[in-house]
Amino acid sequence: MTRTLVLLCAALAYAPAHAATVALTHARIHTLSAVGTLENATLLIRNDAIEAVGPEVAIPPDATVIDTKGAVITPGLFDAYTHLGLEEISGVEESVNSGSNNPRYSAALDVVDGLNPRSVLIPVNRIEGITYAMAAPSSGPEGPLFEGRGAVVSLGTLDSFVAKPQAAMFVVLGEGGAARVKGGRPALLLALREAFEEVRQLGSSSPVQRPAQLGALDAAALKPVLAGEMPLVADVNSAADIHALLQLAEDYGFKLIIHGGAEAHLVAKELAAKQVPVILDPTLNLPTHFESLAARADAAAILAKAGVRIAFSSEGSGNGSHNSRNIRQLAGNAVAHGLPWNAALAAVTFNPAAIYGLDSTLGTLEVGKQASFVVWDGDPLEATTTAVQVYAAGRAVPMKSRQTELRDRYLQRRAAALVRPATP
Amino acid sequence: MTPQLRITLTLVLVAGTLAGCKSKTAEDTAAPFASTYVAPATAPILIQHATVLTGTGVQLDDADVLIQDGKISAVRKDAGTVPGAKIIDAKGRYVTPGLIDAHSHLGVYPSPEVWAHSDGNEATAPTTAEVWSEHSVWPQDPGFEAARAGGITSLLILPGSANLIGGRAVVLKNVPAVTYQEMKFPGAPQSMKMACGENPKRVYGLGGKRAPSTRMGNIAGTRAAFAKAKAYQKKMEAGSVEERDLAMETLVGVLKGEILVQNHCYRADEMATMLDVAKEFGYKISAFHHAVEAYKIADQLAQTGTCAALWADWWGFKLEAFDGIRENIALVDAGRGKDDEGKALKSCAIVHSDDPYGIQRLNQEAAKAMTAGRRMGLTISDAEAIAWVTANPAKAIGILDKTGTLEAGKNGDVVIWNGTPFSSYALADVVLIDGVVRYDRSVKTLPQSDFLLGLEPPETAAAKEAQP
Repeated sequence: MTRTLVLLCAALAYAPAHAATVALTHARIHTLSAVGTLENATLLIRNDAIEAVGPEVAIPPDATVIDTKGAVITPGLFDAYTHLGLEEISGVEESVNSGSNNPRYSAALDVVDGLNPRSVLIPVNRIEGITYAMAAPSSGPEGPLFEGRGAVVSLGTLDSFVAKPQAAMFVVLGEGGAARVKGGRPALLLALREAFEEVRQLGSSSPVQRPAQLGALDAAALKPVLAGEMPLVADVNSAADIHALLQLAEDYGFKLIIHGGAEAHLVAKELAAKQVPVILDPTLNLPTHFESLAARADAAAILAKAGVRIAFSSEGSGNGSHNSRNIRQLAGNAVAHGLPWNAALAAVTFNPAAIYGLDSTLGTLEVGKQASFVVWDGDPLEATTTAVQVYAAGRAVPMKSRQTELRDRYLQRRAAALVRPATP
Repeated sequence: MTPQLRITLTLVLVAGTLAGCKSKTAEDTAAPFASTYVAPATAPILIQHATVLTGTGVQLDDADVLIQDGKISAVRKDAGTVPGAKIIDAKGRYVTPGLIDAHSHLGVYPSPEVWAHSDGNEATAPTTAEVWSEHSVWPQDPGFEAARAGGITSLLILPGSANLIGGRAVVLKNVPAVTYQEMKFPGAPQSMKMACGENPKRVYGLGGKRAPSTRMGNIAGTRAAFAKAKAYQKKMEAGSVEERDLAMETLVGVLKGEILVQNHCYRADEMATMLDVAKEFGYKISAFHHAVEAYKIADQLAQTGTCAALWADWWGFKLEAFDGIRENIALVDAGRGKDDEGKALKSCAIVHSDDPYGIQRLNQEAAKAMTAGRRMGLTISDAEAIAWVTANPAKAIGILDKTGTLEAGKNGDVVIWNGTPFSSYALADVVLIDGVVRYDRSVKTLPQSDFLLGLEPPETAAAKEAQP
């Protein structure tokens, strides 16, 4: 095992950073497409796209061939909810740009205006397989209900960091939303209805009566939401709140995505029938809030079984976006609690791409799709597995980060005698 | 109170304590808030044909673990059985010591996380050595049973880190209970929580516009407390204390080595400063906690016999956590010191949680840390890595003589895993505490926390039970 890994690392180290045509051979390839998992297969990429994938691929003479010696290949991982590119150090206010704590700045807020592709969090997570993420706005406890518009970011391509701007509108409901309107749920729902009515009246002959819920730009930003063109990601947890929200979505015709969803499993059938996806951290099994009293470890399995499209996010527990790289561990834990393995892998690859409307180019390893994928030394959902090489849009990304540089510095400084030799 | 009444009350207390538990020490009966933990008597248990990670750096394949009278009596191949033993075939499964979390706030910051439950930080003064975390513990915290399902058998419940000196911490056995005394680990020493860095200066300097507002203020506050404690200790020894000072009693306990110091500290430079403060006043730091920069001073930690209780990969949530790396635990583990005769002094790396979710998978956190170390070229066996969540935390919180390894004579704190514990898919099948099955994955029960009862409408619950 160790030897295979060393050989593979050596092989990949010689791979040109931007070979036009590369064939990765003898791999176990989880395509996430209809053909499923391929054994002893080849992935052929040309420039930034997948040219061929299968057990018998004709390798063109100009291709650089990398024998993966049985390594595992999956699409690049996609974290469905993060603040990547929007924060450096959570406790240092000056370095946090994820959102507003001022209700004056609301739906019109666009994270693209604050995104930093040079954030040190990007390489830290990129070299562990995260190639795409939703960079979502997040308002403070005094902030607005509508947090603004999030963008899908591409961690592996700094020159085109923003993969999809204005990919979704974000809103806080439940306990957080009720606190923002300084009332309970009825006041919160009323505030939302007032806001949506104002959007509906945009351009009509009966202008909005001031004081309005929304600024003019905010109302304009919400227009595509009510037109069904931009999904609304609602931070909501209790079954009762989700139920009320489903009714609101029907009344106003918006495309809903649930984020959080601690009790979504209690309304799984309804969510499946209405094709509402759920973004969750599957390890959140504790009743940490009164809106999540029914939280349980097998929530992801229940949702998937009912036919709900699920995607995983690192923002729920622990270390948030800094450890977006741990979403595959979350997925593994969901498998331990009953989620089929393929569904768990889909929840960190294909499903987020589909939720944000990027599944025509991302999320599977199929001919014509973007060549963003990861070569692993084992089961990608396993805690003991390592990303050996990450490819983003056809390019082998440098497997370095601030953390690997820190590690190497202190490894060098150690007395050589203290470092025991590696197993032969 | 009349002298007569005082004596009567003392007798009642002593009698009550003795009746409650057979293995009391003299300190327990003398100390207030004595443990009332009692392990129910059970039949012997023989776990057979398991891969056993003993916590002492040894892996035994196809081995047995025999538990009698709540204690481990044999760990070897073909251990043989005893009359009346319950036999568990663990072929293909792993057996480890019960996991120990050296850093938990379960019970003091329980779920749900509302103000009414927020009892972990007495953030009203920067040094509150007089408070005891055990007086905040809510035994109904649903987090305890979730942690139990993750294999946690013992845990240190610490006060928070708002204060330079946050108060005393308590070691609990992770058993269902109505009072915390029923969970209190008999004979375990108390610890005292200390903190350096951003938290105290933020809470007081920024929040309260008072000292400390800087790192130098932090150190001054800590030194002042110990200077005062030195004077109080002299008075105690001279028998001239007129009025008890509860804070000073805690600090004198630290100076006498009876109370262990658990020091929240992130940065390498600050840990070195705290080691100097400890040297100045003659106390020992049992472990640095959250020390994301411990890898920078791994040898110094080994040299001073200081453990480091760490996350596998948390970093960047505040500036003092910016230099966290995945290899931290493995590098601390590789640290070595030398005693006066040139003999190697071993390191003491610990995986801790500080989190009600992380505590449910300390084994996986160890798996990630081990993998990072191996990838870097260090040789770390599964048998060595399991000590990061068993023997080493037991050492740091003062219970290694009682638990933390699978050795004859130790408490029967044992986990049977469904496979290797170093896996995302690992689940504890059976968790034993003092030889008593406290969790069995194959048995569906009502939640053990009173708080969790009645949350599901009865008709839904009944419908589920009716399912095949």
